[in-house]
Amino acid sequence: MTPLVIAFYAFAVTTISGGLMTVLARNPVHSVLWLILAFLSSAGLFVLLGAEFVAMLLIIVYVGAVAVLFLFVVMMLDVDFAELKAEMARYMPLALLIGVVLLMQLAIAFGVWGFSDGVDSRLAQPIGDAENTKQLGMIMYDQFFLIFQLAGLILLVAMIGAIVLTLRHRTDVKRQDVMTQMSRDPAKAMELKDVKPGQGL
Amino acid sequence: MLSQDLNTILPEIILSLFAMGAMLGAVYTVKDKAATLLVWITSGLFVALAFWIGTTGEGTTTAFSGMFVDDAFSRFAKVTILLAAAAVLIMSQEYMAKRDLLRFEYPILVALSVVGMMMMVSAGDLMSLYMGLELQSLALYVVASLRRDSVKSTEAGLKYFVLGALSSGLLLYGASLTYGFAGTTSFSGIIEATSDGVSLGLLFGLVFMSAGFAFKVSAAPFHMWTPDVYEGSPTPVTAFFATAPKVAAMGLFARVMHDAFGNSVSDWQQIVAFLSVVSMFLGAIAAIGQTDIKRLMAYSSIAHMGFALMGLASGTAFGVQAMLVYLAIYVAMNIGTFAFILSMQKDGVPVTSIASLNMYSKREPLKALAMLILLFSLAGVPPMLGFFGKFYVLQAAYEAGLAWLAVAGVVASVIGAFYYLRIVFFMYFGSEQDEQLDTGSSPVLWGFLVASAAVMVIGVINLFGVEPLAEAASLALVN
Repeated sequence: MTPLVIAFYAFAVTTISGGLMTVLARNPVHSVLWLILAFLSSAGLFVLLGAEFVAMLLIIVYVGAVAVLFLFVVMMLDVDFAELKAEMARYMPLALLIGVVLLMQLAIAFGVWGFSDGVDSRLAQPIGDAENTKQLGMIMYDQFFLIFQLAGLILLVAMIGAIVLTLRHRTDVKRQDVMTQMSRDPAKAMELKDVKPGQGL
Repeated sequence: MLSQDLNTILPEIILSLFAMGAMLGAVYTVKDKAATLLVWITSGLFVALAFWIGTTGEGTTTAFSGMFVDDAFSRFAKVTILLAAAAVLIMSQEYMAKRDLLRFEYPILVALSVVGMMMMVSAGDLMSLYMGLELQSLALYVVASLRRDSVKSTEAGLKYFVLGALSSGLLLYGASLTYGFAGTTSFSGIIEATSDGVSLGLLFGLVFMSAGFAFKVSAAPFHMWTPDVYEGSPTPVTAFFATAPKVAAMGLFARVMHDAFGNSVSDWQQIVAFLSVVSMFLGAIAAIGQTDIKRLMAYSSIAHMGFALMGLASGTAFGVQAMLVYLAIYVAMNIGTFAFILSMQKDGVPVTSIASLNMYSKREPLKALAMLILLFSLAGVPPMLGFFGKFYVLQAAYEAGLAWLAVAGVVASVIGAFYYLRIVFFMYFGSEQDEQLDTGSSPVLWGFLVASAAVMVIGVINLFGVEPLAEAASLALVN
């Protein structure tokens, strides 16, 4: 048992148990915390594979942004998780059956796993001996130019979609009008009245 | 090198730039004023691009180290997609404007989803395939819930989104298994890796990916979302769902099966044949009890996808040709049928119940006749074009040695004819009712309805020359 192997098993066990607890935890906030643990330990697995850039990405994007966003949503929305779970429980036997069948099939598939002939020649080759991040950058803006641009279009659609579905033009609110504010002067803004004693306006 | 690649994807670039430019222009106009104009410009651009792609493309070109393939097959699919999208956009303009649904983002989202569809049918790599698919789907999820104040429409969008994400997950898992086995995501690499048989791991990848595709073409047993989404979405959006995305998803399905797994036809043939049989029967039987014409069209599209899959299941070049001809006919029929559904209204409020069509022929003889022709064609009654589409795929299945599949197709087609003929019965021999549809419709819808019906009759002569084009397309894909 080299330290590498020990580290692998430690990370692997934490990833799986983190994933399992995400589903099983009763409290949704705990679920999100377990999810963060699963992300962190899979980042560890990536480090062991030598893919430190992906590992950092996982921590910064998934743990730092997505999971925290999740946490906020879970805490802010008033979702009755108990009711949702009761609904889910009705389909539990069917879901379990499908899950078990899938699991067994995958066990068969991985049991006889083998790479095709000549797989080494088809794998992406490292570009020189630049470090991970630099190589990714070179591939991303060169070979994967098309895919990179398409990802941009997808994000644009997501943005348009969010605005189309949620933006409402409200007419019943007062909006700031800078020009009127600036063109005000004391003469127009104030009106002096001489109130006689005992009379009122 | 890059300039050559960019030249190959020029139609896609133009369409994306147009969508972004239109977006920038439209935000400076007062609330949705530009929408009507934008709808017409977008459809005009679709037609122009279809004409351009259809007339100028030559041979097979790949771009971006094989990620994008421009061949006769992709050009055929692209022209069909662009024309279908243009027709649906023009049809939807008046309906949506009347119901205050016509937002300027609608034509832009449709344009972007068409870019995704064009990428799908031209994909030469699992990654570009997935990007095209997501671009198309994400735009469709949004337009499905365009009527955001209606519970049904938002439910349709959400349902479509959640199940679509699930199917994308299945697809990606299959893609990762395939990558793990073959060591590459490019189709040319995968076909090389499978030259001496498919290992079990790769077979699993194939099955998972097929499940993802089956969801996108709404083939049973992955069809559950279809009726709800068709019913809940605004009718013009439903018309769009039933035409262009179906062609794109079937094109993608055929491309992956032949370009990446062309060496293992016998392995995927049984999967596709199973999907085909289940879809045909489910579509035919489940549609019988429907009272809403949009739900009925959803089941009808499931059954039609079953027939198109039958062409793919034969695994031959002729099978792909039959599938393409079938899809072209299917799109032409559906445009006419949805033009009719869009014109169904009572006191200006859209109606989708089948019962409202009772004795429709008395009030609108010409429209009823056009709809009769379209329904006969959908059912596959001989003199109409729809029959020839069915005949083609049945012939392809029979010639490929799948006689049982062809027989099942005939049986399903006979069962399915019942519910189409039921609508004809209502229109011509139904009982008089107080609930009567308004007469008269906009010239645009009327034009599409009559033109589509005319195509169903006149097209019998030579299929408008689609046949040799489909043949060239299928030979480019299968070799």
